[in-house]
Amino acid sequence: MNELLLILVPLGAAGAAALWPHDRTRPWFLPAAGLVHALLALGLLLRPPTAPFLPWLGCDPLARAMLPAVSLLFLGCACYGVPYLRLRTERPNRVFVASFLAGLGLMSAAHMARHLGVLWIATEALTLSSVPLLHFNNTPRAFEATWKYLLVGGTGIAFSLLGSFCLGYASLYGGGAGDLTFTALVAQGTALSRPWVLIAWVLLLVGYGTKMGLAPMHAWKPDAYGEAPGIVGAMLAGGVTTVAFTAVLRVRAVVEAAGAGVVASRTLLVIGLFSTLVAALFLLSARDFKRMLAYSSVEHMGILSLGAALGGVGLWAAFFHVWNNSMTKGALFLTAGNLRRAAGGRTIDEVSGMSVITPRSAALFVAALFAVTACPPFGPFFSELLIVKTAFATRHGWAAAGFLFCLLLAFFGLTRVVFAIVYGRPHQAARDLDPRFRETLAVLAPPAGFLLLALGLGLATPEVLREAWTAAVRQLSSTP
Amino acid sequence: MSDLLNLLIGLAMGLNLVALGTSRLPSLIRVAAVQGMVLGTMPLVMEWDELRVLVLVVAAATVAMKGLVIPALLRRAMRTANIDRDLYPLIGFVPSLLLGAAGMIGAVGLARRLPLLPEHHESLLVAGALASVLTGLLLLIGRSKAISQVCGYLILENGIYLFGLLLIHSTPLLVEGGILLDLTVAVFVTGIIVDRIQRAFDSLDTRKLTVLRE
Amino acid sequence: MTSILELLVRLAVWLLLAPLLPGVINKVKAWVAGRRGPPVLQLYYDLARLWRKGVVVSTLASPGFIAGPAIAWVAVLAAALLLPLGPLGAALSFRGDVILLVYLLALARFCTAWAALETGSAFEGMGAAREVSYAVLAEAAVITAVLTLSMQSGSLVLSVMLTPSAGPGAVLLAVGLFTVLLAENCRVPFDDPNTHLELTMIHEVMVLDHSGPPLAAVLHGAAMKLLLFSILLVQAVLPVGELAPVTAAGTLIAAVLVVTVAVGMVESLLARAAFRRVPLLLTTAFLLCVFALLVAWKGGAA
Repeated sequence: MNELLLILVPLGAAGAAALWPHDRTRPWFLPAAGLVHALLALGLLLRPPTAPFLPWLGCDPLARAMLPAVSLLFLGCACYGVPYLRLRTERPNRVFVASFLAGLGLMSAAHMARHLGVLWIATEALTLSSVPLLHFNNTPRAFEATWKYLLVGGTGIAFSLLGSFCLGYASLYGGGAGDLTFTALVAQGTALSRPWVLIAWVLLLVGYGTKMGLAPMHAWKPDAYGEAPGIVGAMLAGGVTTVAFTAVLRVRAVVEAAGAGVVASRTLLVIGLFSTLVAALFLLSARDFKRMLAYSSVEHMGILSLGAALGGVGLWAAFFHVWNNSMTKGALFLTAGNLRRAAGGRTIDEVSGMSVITPRSAALFVAALFAVTACPPFGPFFSELLIVKTAFATRHGWAAAGFLFCLLLAFFGLTRVVFAIVYGRPHQAARDLDPRFRETLAVLAPPAGFLLLALGLGLATPEVLREAWTAAVRQLSSTP
Repeated sequence: MSDLLNLLIGLAMGLNLVALGTSRLPSLIRVAAVQGMVLGTMPLVMEWDELRVLVLVVAAATVAMKGLVIPALLRRAMRTANIDRDLYPLIGFVPSLLLGAAGMIGAVGLARRLPLLPEHHESLLVAGALASVLTGLLLLIGRSKAISQVCGYLILENGIYLFGLLLIHSTPLLVEGGILLDLTVAVFVTGIIVDRIQRAFDSLDTRKLTVLRE
Repeated sequence: MTSILELLVRLAVWLLLAPLLPGVINKVKAWVAGRRGPPVLQLYYDLARLWRKGVVVSTLASPGFIAGPAIAWVAVLAAALLLPLGPLGAALSFRGDVILLVYLLALARFCTAWAALETGSAFEGMGAAREVSYAVLAEAAVITAVLTLSMQSGSLVLSVMLTPSAGPGAVLLAVGLFTVLLAENCRVPFDDPNTHLELTMIHEVMVLDHSGPPLAAVLHGAAMKLLLFSILLVQAVLPVGELAPVTAAGTLIAAVLVVTVAVGMVESLLARAAFRRVPLLLTTAFLLCVFALLVAWKGGAA
C-alpha cells in the first residue's frame, strides 16, 4: 500500500497544483508533498515489506536502497523551491510545480518498477516531464538546451525501447511465456538467447546510459544543467541519474543470469573509466560554473559505473556513493544557484569575489566542492576509497590507477573554477543581477542540510542503510 | 500472409530510401506519414485469422496518429514557421542514399545471422526494423532543419515499432501502448518546442543552435 | 536462303521500325498537352529531307566530325543485331556477347562526343562533359542489371540471359531498366529533348552542329538505341523467347508500344530534374538494380 502512495501522492499533488489558482501559494505544494513522500520512503526503509506489492511494481531491496535518497533530495529542493519561486514571480509557476511533483512520482514508479515495460514507460514519462522544467528560464539558450535534451534523450529512450524489445525476444526465443518481469527474466537464466541478450545489453546501456549521462552520451548534460534552474539541476543530477542507474543494474542482473556477466562488467568498467576521463578533461578547461557541475555529474556517473562493474563490495560502495552523490549534488546546485542570482554572471570571466558579496553561500559552495572532490570527512571520500580498494583487491590495478588520476584532474579543474569565483576582488555582471536576492535562512538551510547529511553519511553511516545496501547487493548478485 | 507482410515491409524499406534522397521538406513529411500508415496496418495483417476488436482499434489509432495527426502537426509547424522548403543536408543526398542502401543490405545480412523463432524465419521484420532505425539515425544526424530531425525520429520510431511486432503475440498491448505513448507525447512536445525555436530564432535551422558551448 | 531472309527481316525491323518510336512519343506528349502534334511518321520525313541536304562542316574540324556519327550509327546497328528478337534469336550469339553490346553502345557514345569536341566550340564541349559524366553512373546501373540477368540465368549469352523470373526482383529490375532507358536515351527527367536553350542541353548540344546526312545518321541512331533499350527491357520482364513466332512478334510489338507510351507519359508528367539532382536519380536507378541483383543472389542461394 505504501508503495502505491509513494507514486500517487506526488502525482495527486501535481494534479492539485495544476488546478490551484494562486501563483503565490502554489509553491507550498512542493514541501508538503515532499514531506509526506519522505516519511513514506523512510518508513519503507525502516520497515521493509516482506513481499513485493505486485509482480510488476514493488519496493524490492534495490528500490529500498535508493529511493529514500531521492526522496530526501526532493524534500531539500522543495524547501528551497518556496523562496526560489517567490524570487521568480515574473514567471507563472503552474507548469513548473506540476512537472516537478510529477517528476517525483515518476521517479518513485521507475525505482519500484519490476517489469521491463513499466520501467521504460516510467523513464520515458520522466524524460518528458522534465522538459518544461528545463526551459523554465524561457531564454533562447534554454530552448537550445531543451532541444538538445529532447533530441539526445529521445534517441536514448528509443534505443532503450529497442533494447527492451530485444530482451523480450531473447526471452521468447528461450521458451518464455511473455512474462517480462525482471524476476521471470532472471529465472529464465541461461535459456535466454545469448546473441539477443548481448544486443539488448548494448542498446539498453546506451539508452539508459544517455539518461545517466555516461560518456559518450553526455552531450546534452552541460547545456541542460547549465540552463536549468538550480533545483531542477539538483533533481536531474541526483534523482534522474539514480533512476537510470537502477535501470542499468536491473538489466545487468538479467544479463548476468544469462551468462554474459563478464561482458557486462567489462563494458561498465570501460564506460565508467571513459566517463571519468572525459569529465576530468572538460573540467580542466571549464569556465562556466554551472556547466562545470554537469561534468562533475558525468564524473560521478562514471564512478557509479565503475563500482557496479567491480561487483560485490564495489556494488555496495556504488550504493553508498549514490546517497553521497545525491546529497552533494543537491548542495552544489542549490548554492551555485544562489551564487548565480547574486552575481548575475555564470563564468569565471564575469564573476569573482563572491566570498565578499555572499559570504555564506560562498562558504557552502567551497564546502560542497570539498565534498564532491572526495575530501574527508565527507561521504564521497569513503565510498570512492572503498571502490579503489575493491579495484585493487580484484586485480584491476590499472583501472584504479587511471581512476585516481582522473579524480586528481577533476580536483584541479573544480578547485580552479570555484576558487576563481569565490576569492579575489568582488566583481559582478550587473546585467543579470537579481536585486531581490538576499541570503536568507530559507535559501541557505537546504544546501547546509545536504552538506550535513553528506558529512553524517561519511562519519556515521546509519546501520539501517548499510543493511539496506547489503540486501540490494544480495538481490542483484543472486543467481538461481 | 507472410508474403503480404514482406511486401509491406519491402515497401517501408523503399520509403526509407525515398526519405534519404528527397530534398524537399513536404515530401519528407509525406514519406514519414505513408510509412507510418503502412506500418499501422501490419498488426491487422499479422492477426488476420484471430481478429480482435482491440487489435482493430489499436491499428486504427496507429494509422490515424502516424499517418494523419502527426504529419498535420508538422505541416502546421512548417507553415507557421514560414521556413524554406528545401533541405540543406549535412550529409549529402547521394552519400546518405548509398549509406542507407548499404545499411539496408547489412541489415538483411545481419537478420539472417540472428537466431529467430521458426515463424519469423522468412520474415523481413528484423531487417526492416534495423534498416529503418539506421535511416532514422542518418536523417537525425545528417539534416539540419528541426522538422527534418523530427521526421528522422519518426522513422526511427517506425523501425522500433517494426521490431516490436515480433512480440505482438506474447505481449501485445504493451508494445503498442508504449510506442503510441512515446510517439504522441514526444511529437506534441516537440511541436511546441519547434514553435518556440522559430519564435526565438526566426528560423528552424538547427545549425543556428550553436550559442551554447564551452 | 533462310539466313539471308532472316538478316533482311532483322535489318527491316531495326532500320525501318526504329523511327516510329520518337513519333509515338511525340504524339503521346501532344495528346496529353491537348494538341494534335506532328504525325507519327514525322521522323521518316525528317530523315528523307536531311538525306537530300548538303553538309556544313567547320573549317577547324577534322574528318572525325563526319566519321563520328557514321561510326556511332554502325556501332548501334551492330549492337542491335546482337540483341535477340524473341524466338528469332540474335544475328550473332556467343558467350559474353552482352559485354560486346555494352561496349558497342559505349563506342557510339564516344564517337558522338568526339565529333562534338571536333567543332572546337565551348557549348559542345560542355554538353559532351555532362553527357559523359552522367554516362558513368548510368553505366553502373546497366552493368548491375546485366549482372542480375546473368546471375538469374547462370550464363553470359544474351539469348539465354533474357529468360525472366517472376517476383519482386523482376519488378525492381524493370523499374531500374526503365530509369536506365530514360537516362541513356536522354529523356525527361534527365534531359529534355525539345529544349531550345543551350545551357540546359546535355545530349542535344552535342549534335547541334551536325547537318544533312550525318544529322540523319545521328537521329536514326538515337531512334535505334531507343528501340534497343525498349526491346531489352521487354525481354527482361516478359518471357517472349518461349512463345510461338507470331504471338512473340505481336507481344513484342505491343510491349514496345507500351514502353514507348510510358516514356511519353513520363515526359509529359515530369519536369526535367535540376542538374545537381541527376546524380541522385542515377544512383537510385543503380540501387534498384543492386537490389534486384541481391534478390536474384539470395533467391539463388536459398
